[in-house]
Amino acid sequence: MEPEHILSDTETAAIREIYRHFPEKSAACIEGLKVIQQHHRWVSDQAVRELAEILDMSPAAIDSVATYYSLIFRRPVGRNVIFLCDSVSCWIMGYDQIAACVKKQLAISYGETTSDDRYTLLTIPCLGTCDHAPAMIINEDLHRDLTTENVAAILNTYG
Amino acid sequence: MDKPLTQHIKKDGTWLSLKEYEAVGGYQALKKALTLEPKEVTTIVTDSGLKGRGGAGFPTGSKWATVPMGADAPAIKYFIANADEMEPGSFKDRLLLEGNPHQLIEGILIGAYAIQARFSYIFLRWAYHQAAKAITQCIQEAYEAGYLGTPIAGSDFQLNLSLHTSVGRYICGEETALLNALEGKRANPRSKPPYPTVHGLFGKPTIVNNVETLCNVPLILTNGADWFMKLSKTGEGGTKLYGASGRVKRPGLWELPLGTSLREILEEHAGGMKDGYQFKGVLPGGGSTDFLTEEHLDVPMDYKSVSAVGSRLGTGTIIVLDDKTCPVGMVRNLEQFFAQESCGWCTPCREGLPWTTKLLDGLEKGTGKMEDLDILTFQTHYMAPGNTFCALAPGAMEPLQSALKLFKTDFDRHIHEHKCPWE
Repeated sequence: MEPEHILSDTETAAIREIYRHFPEKSAACIEGLKVIQQHHRWVSDQAVRELAEILDMSPAAIDSVATYYSLIFRRPVGRNVIFLCDSVSCWIMGYDQIAACVKKQLAISYGETTSDDRYTLLTIPCLGTCDHAPAMIINEDLHRDLTTENVAAILNTYG
Repeated sequence: MDKPLTQHIKKDGTWLSLKEYEAVGGYQALKKALTLEPKEVTTIVTDSGLKGRGGAGFPTGSKWATVPMGADAPAIKYFIANADEMEPGSFKDRLLLEGNPHQLIEGILIGAYAIQARFSYIFLRWAYHQAAKAITQCIQEAYEAGYLGTPIAGSDFQLNLSLHTSVGRYICGEETALLNALEGKRANPRSKPPYPTVHGLFGKPTIVNNVETLCNVPLILTNGADWFMKLSKTGEGGTKLYGASGRVKRPGLWELPLGTSLREILEEHAGGMKDGYQFKGVLPGGGSTDFLTEEHLDVPMDYKSVSAVGSRLGTGTIIVLDDKTCPVGMVRNLEQFFAQESCGWCTPCREGLPWTTKLLDGLEKGTGKMEDLDILTFQTHYMAPGNTFCALAPGAMEPLQSALKLFKTDFDRHIHEHKCPWE
């Protein structure tokens, strides 16, 4: 069971502050989802309902936006989120081998979280660092020039 | 000044502070622009020949000229910098965003003055965290120095600028999809007309320009349209950020005169192919451009010349295909990307792209049949320009349609050998 109210006063105030800058409240929908995710790592059904109340929208309307964007998480994620680039330049430069290494080390596949909640593994489109392919982002850190030799050590630095 | 766009960008990865930018002449172009009539600014940009650097190549000045002006024009207009660089294989705007955000802010200010906009946004993709830090600090400096938020010295023009960090989806780079994202909605593209220049963000006249495009604007104002035109090797003005990725000796990014040949970029700047790899082809301007091969190496990389040989300059960032990489696998990777990033709004794109991907997948796995190639060719017509709601699916068809022609033998081998020959 989820708690009755999960958005803190700080979060609610932050969301109200955002919509003041727009001609209509609903324009703050994406920003509101970002605020929630910053605090909870993901956006639960309860959080969707509460955001809907703040923005005078229906929960379904909020959810249609939330599920549209690939970086709004509607399922829980681990403490560290790995975004492995699977686009063309990284693919040419050895993405398949890197992906196999990461999946083997963490014993998970895409969209999954390790049982200790330490890592979630996702793909991401081209990271715009193609002259240093293959590349990935962990949380907000960019790692480039990945090799099957260096990728394990990089993952290990995230607790 | 052979690299006007990037000459001040530091090698150590830090960005120019306001003081550093002003020390090299920063914000002087804005001051000059403010002494001119807004329409005169647009005329200078039109005369310079500056074309959109985001991929479509629309003339920048002509775009600005379609915004309603004068006493009857809406009081609220918006000016937006498109920093949603997500075209596969493209990494050029990153340099300008991380290295010199003040140059972009000055470009936005001049553009906003030209169309008399009061509000502006930088629409930045999520993955560019370093750029977000740089832009945030530079916007703050610009507010504190009085370039933003208050009437700029000696004029009645003032502009507000905010950074919007996106939450993913390639389609947000399409200008009308970007507007929906900024309004907090699903980023499905809008039907055109009406064009955003008349009916854009929140229904108000709006300009959306690419980062590299806008970073050229202060240079044009300072040095004039003729100077800009002469920077290029062809009839289209300016320099261009060209990049190369794939198995070349020195993958990288270079500012060169517009119209530099594909051969010069690949051989002189990227150092040629890595040892042990042969050149097979390129996507000249990102994932949604047609393949070019050996015979096209002397093509000048400008809008007209690349179009003339059946591809597009696109973003000008070249993806190199080598002989040890499977062309069918490469196209499969691209189509999977486009299928995933389709917004799902129109049927040809929503249904066609996954179908295309599935057929290519079959070829790679060795289960492909000769008739699959006919279906793939049919797809390229079915998703051609005019048959879809926006340019995503037609863009996705460009590498496929050219690969089917240029690498026909390789497609056939997948079918005859019942496996990927590169496996």
